[in-house]
Amino acid sequence: MPSKLIGFVILFLLLQMSALAADPEQEWSSHRGVYKISFEAELDPIEINRIHAWVLTVRTSSGDPVTTAEISVLGGMPMHDHGMPTRPRVTEYLGEGRYRLEGMRFHMNGRWEVSVTVKADGKVDTAVIALDL
Amino acid sequence: MSAARKKTGKTLVAVLAIAALAAGAWQIRPLSPAPWTDAEIEILRSLWIASLPPLTPDPTNAVADNPRAAKLGQQLFFDTRMSANGAVSCASCHQPARRFTDGLPKGQGIASSKRNTHSIVGVAYSPWLYWDGRKDSLWSQALAPLEDPNEHGSNRVKVVELVTQSPEYREEYKILFGAFDPAEDDAIDSAFANVGKAIAAFERLLMPSPSRFDDYVAALLDGNEDAQAAALTTDEILGLQLFIGEALCIQCHNGPLLTNNEFHNTGVISFPGEVPDKGRVAGVREVLADAFNCSGNYSDSAGADCTELEYARTGAELIGAFRTPSLRNLENTEPYMHKGQFTTIAETLRHYNEASPAMIGHNEAKPLGLSSRQLQQIEAFLGSLAAPVAPQIL
Repeated sequence: MPSKLIGFVILFLLLQMSALAADPEQEWSSHRGVYKISFEAELDPIEINRIHAWVLTVRTSSGDPVTTAEISVLGGMPMHDHGMPTRPRVTEYLGEGRYRLEGMRFHMNGRWEVSVTVKADGKVDTAVIALDL
Repeated sequence: MSAARKKTGKTLVAVLAIAALAAGAWQIRPLSPAPWTDAEIEILRSLWIASLPPLTPDPTNAVADNPRAAKLGQQLFFDTRMSANGAVSCASCHQPARRFTDGLPKGQGIASSKRNTHSIVGVAYSPWLYWDGRKDSLWSQALAPLEDPNEHGSNRVKVVELVTQSPEYREEYKILFGAFDPAEDDAIDSAFANVGKAIAAFERLLMPSPSRFDDYVAALLDGNEDAQAAALTTDEILGLQLFIGEALCIQCHNGPLLTNNEFHNTGVISFPGEVPDKGRVAGVREVLADAFNCSGNYSDSAGADCTELEYARTGAELIGAFRTPSLRNLENTEPYMHKGQFTTIAETLRHYNEASPAMIGHNEAKPLGLSSRQLQQIEAFLGSLAAPVAPQIL
């Protein structure tokens, strides 16, 4: 029984890892399904201890670009109860639902969660992007 | 002896022999073949000194990589005249023979300073200086002790007078920064900043040299088992396994300098008789308000390239957080932590193993449950990071 359990745990972890593999086309749905968010990091792969920018793309659930989003970003490591070492913010709208996000930096390897909160046309919703660095 | 007893006896001997072989195999496992997975080898490569990237330019300091400025900076670094009593120089606390530390819980200049003296070897790679990161460049940091009443106890007018008027510095200063004109706006503050910039040019040359750990990684990547065995002992290798694994040290002590140069609350107790030190939460406020910061008038980048300062994090989570120190060259740099609270590495490791609640803020570290033998192995590994500072005296 313990070996079966271990097998399941390993399978579960492998499935999780494959779900987290870098995929530029990957989109994250916000909690209530209002927005779909994807990102492209200036560093590929993302390295720890290097400050860099992301481009966030925000779409509605039907796929239309969101052009007037107010975006706030918070990140942290759930395992360590701490946030990011920086306070990133959106500095520029690039058109077609794309936003430049500056000041991203991660300072430890491990599981990070980046919460992206989007407010547009009075609708607020948050997507959580999980990263394994 | 009956046949049954004989059989039991033989089985026992066989079991013991297998156990002994297994124990023996476990003992030699780390050495031959090397015990690392591909992912672990990549982690070891990330800690290797050869992975240290070239130092990026410092656009806030126009003479950062000017050898002439470095030479002037070295002279200033050792000059006791930049102090109120003529007896204190940068090297009073940053002693080259002690890896640029002083062996004291807190620095001792004119009087006792507030915190432990950081080593400055490799510090040019850090976006933040001091335990609380209250400075964002080497040159800006170099100015603060000169005017701290407990350290050099001097002031910028006297320092500028020495550097711009004394026969041994006057010409060099003029060549590097132009003639000093007291009638110019901000003449004193600008020249004071230039003093820091020359000292910074010297400090940028202080780098660690390869240690036995680095020799081990080189041998591992090369597949040379004899060289691996010559570089690290079994205990050191087991300590390294713990360091990058179960002991979680690598989470903050990462990269070739074994530091992320970031701020963490690890529940270090306050210095006896003192209230707990607020650390980064106060340091970040100071650096944002500092006239000599990256975006200030004395920065040569005219406020550009200040990404770290611009996106610096503030807030309560930074209460009691201090900058992760490099673990290279710990030898002869005791005592440890921001006020020298721990006298030995063993004491420091026990602190992380226990991870008691913090006095202020919250301790990010969690109890590790390692055995005393494992802690000894980590200490053995840390010893393998000792190496002289790369020759730099000009």
